[in-house]
Amino acid sequence: MASKFLLVAQREYLTRVRKRAFVVLTLLVPFIIAGFGIVVGKLALSDEGTEIVDVRDTSGLGIGTKLVQMSTPQLQFLPVAGSLPEAKQGFQKDKHAGLLYLPESLDVQAPQGVQFFGKGNISLNKETRVQKALNDAFAELKMQKSGLNQTQLDQLRAKVPLSSVSVDETGKEKDSNSGITTGIASALAVLIYFFIFLYGVQIMRGVGEEKSSRVMEVMLSAVKPFDLMMGKIMGIAAVGLTQFLLWGLLSWGATAVLVPLVMQDEVGKAKTEVAATSPGATTATSPTVADQAAASADQMNPAKRANVIGGAFEKASKLNIPIWTIIFGFIAYFLGGYLLYGALFGAVGAAVDDQTDTQQFMFPITMPLILSYILGFSVILRNPDGPVAFWMSMIPFTSPVAMVIRLPFGVPAWQLALSIGLLIVGFVGTVWVASRIYRVGILMYGKKVTYRELSKWMFYKG
Amino acid sequence: MQKSVAAPILEVRNVRKQYAAHTALDGVSLAVPEQSIFGLLGPNGAGKTSLIRIITQITGADSGEVFFRGEKLNPSHIGDIGYLPEERGLYKKMKVGEQLIYLAQLRGLSRADALGRIRKWLERFDIKAWAEKNVEDLSKGMQQKVQFIATVLHEPKLIILDEPFSGFDPINANLIKDEILRLKQEGAAIIFSTHRMESVEEMCDSIALINRSRKVLDGPVTAIRNQFKNNTYEVEGQGKLLVVHPDFEVVEQRERENDHFYARIQLHAGTTPNDLLRFLIGRVEVQAFREQIPSINDIFIRRVRETMPETLNETANALL
Repeated sequence: MASKFLLVAQREYLTRVRKRAFVVLTLLVPFIIAGFGIVVGKLALSDEGTEIVDVRDTSGLGIGTKLVQMSTPQLQFLPVAGSLPEAKQGFQKDKHAGLLYLPESLDVQAPQGVQFFGKGNISLNKETRVQKALNDAFAELKMQKSGLNQTQLDQLRAKVPLSSVSVDETGKEKDSNSGITTGIASALAVLIYFFIFLYGVQIMRGVGEEKSSRVMEVMLSAVKPFDLMMGKIMGIAAVGLTQFLLWGLLSWGATAVLVPLVMQDEVGKAKTEVAATSPGATTATSPTVADQAAASADQMNPAKRANVIGGAFEKASKLNIPIWTIIFGFIAYFLGGYLLYGALFGAVGAAVDDQTDTQQFMFPITMPLILSYILGFSVILRNPDGPVAFWMSMIPFTSPVAMVIRLPFGVPAWQLALSIGLLIVGFVGTVWVASRIYRVGILMYGKKVTYRELSKWMFYKG
Repeated sequence: MQKSVAAPILEVRNVRKQYAAHTALDGVSLAVPEQSIFGLLGPNGAGKTSLIRIITQITGADSGEVFFRGEKLNPSHIGDIGYLPEERGLYKKMKVGEQLIYLAQLRGLSRADALGRIRKWLERFDIKAWAEKNVEDLSKGMQQKVQFIATVLHEPKLIILDEPFSGFDPINANLIKDEILRLKQEGAAIIFSTHRMESVEEMCDSIALINRSRKVLDGPVTAIRNQFKNNTYEVEGQGKLLVVHPDFEVVEQRERENDHFYARIQLHAGTTPNDLLRFLIGRVEVQAFREQIPSINDIFIRRVRETMPETLNETANALL
């Protein structure tokens, strides 16, 4: 009776999608996500924005100029004039990060008396960066003094880019990016986890409602219990997919529209500030510096952050991320995991009379799911090939979350095949068990159900 | 009144159903004639609901067979059967119209057909304005009407009504009664499970009585009542009634004012009512004389008691 199954699924879908709560939640969540993105973006900007350090160089060694040339998007040096007290007042008035003072009698070989003034306590991070720039400037100066010309210096100034390369069994090498891999892994795991939880509970509630409103007997005289259960599970899955899809699209839309509106002045401010504080002496470098600063601000733009998954997929094709395996695996574990848990949630809804009684049955169901989530992020993400990762990605109750975390890091084909095979066995098994509990439970009223009782239901005849 | 000559629409043969600890049905057989109203009677827990659930294919029998119009009962018959369970229930957060369409579609009706019939029924029950309302906003009586419509919308050949009048006020109960009779006129057979004996006598063509998982009695209502009559006559009249006679026995006698009396007198075998009349005419003035035919209610109680162990009789007295 495939058509009845479809009718049931259709009803489950339409009644839920038309509910006011569904519409409100679907529209509201993207704005919450966009708002969250803006807050994170602002924090990131204020944290990692350009810091300007005034330099008062009275040494006459040209260190100030060198420092200005060494400015990075995070740290810019700005030469100032005037006496030390004036400079001290100046950097505070301009709200710059600090003042670096190079005394008149500075010996290149044994530099003494260089001071860094900051507002309030100076963070280790800031001091380290200034220190490093200063060291580099002195090193350059010394090399110049030893008779090297500018070309030789440029050649000497080694900037070593470190690129990580991953090697697979066949010896093929590809770029590796642990950041993107981790990002994909966690995003997939979170998606599966929340989907199972959000919509699994809806299955349970739906069955409970049918039971408590006593509509079950009418339904059962027309539909087989199995069709009723699977129709509900599939209908709610469609609701969930619709909701997730809309959330994705609307979040993307909301961040694309809202974030530039809100963040524009932030980025603009950074640009003008840098431009304004880079007068005459450094005209050659200042435009690039300003652009760099703006670019760095752009990088923090949450609109792009929100797209991090999309971007990651683009990059993934260039990196050693098994993109098709991930897509295939995600769909398999998403469906398998949802079916497995959905059937169990349905069985719990059928077994109990009272929603408050669900707790004792919910616990053993949610335990492996929560465990796989917690261990997934604490253990598997760090060691995706370890024994915990292996075993959890084999057990059907934990594999939907555990295996998708492992997927982006590369999983041997036999493990993937075994795990999916076990998952299929697992969900066929749970659907069978659940449908037996369901069949008996939905017509059972006013009985406090125990595990003993449930195990008896397995063997009731049609 | 009876049309049991034709092949029955439903035939239950030797059905057994066992639940973990107890036997719900123990070899029950019965036949429901076409275009008739069939009363399924029995005290609580007798097995009525178990039997109905087998006929509606909610559960299966452990052994025995059920035939629908000579065919072994199978899922293709779902569209030919309508079922109103004792525990009424609809989807609370669904609109009346949509709900009726959904339930009709599940029984194989097309959406368009369902729509037309729903309009007709809502008009007949005068609840057309409620089609767009959620079921939970309806009064209980109104919900019952909607559920009744849901039961018969797909024009089933066999309609099973479990306590159809519960939850209805007398006016609406009459409305439903008329609809049931009309459905029978239009050719449907109706299985009617109830405790309301007066409606059984009024409406049912035949009955089956189930007690303690077994059928203890079945047949056409008039035949059963005749079968249970025990040669007892009710007499009312004027005068001093004193019966001492080997052929008659007074079961009950009540004296009223002005020498008025009422009595129930049982005839012994071989004695005719005329013998009793002749005996009476010489002694008192007879004003009323009729044979006492036991009501279904009396028969029900008597049969239930007979099939119950002595120890349970007192509880039965309390219950009945």
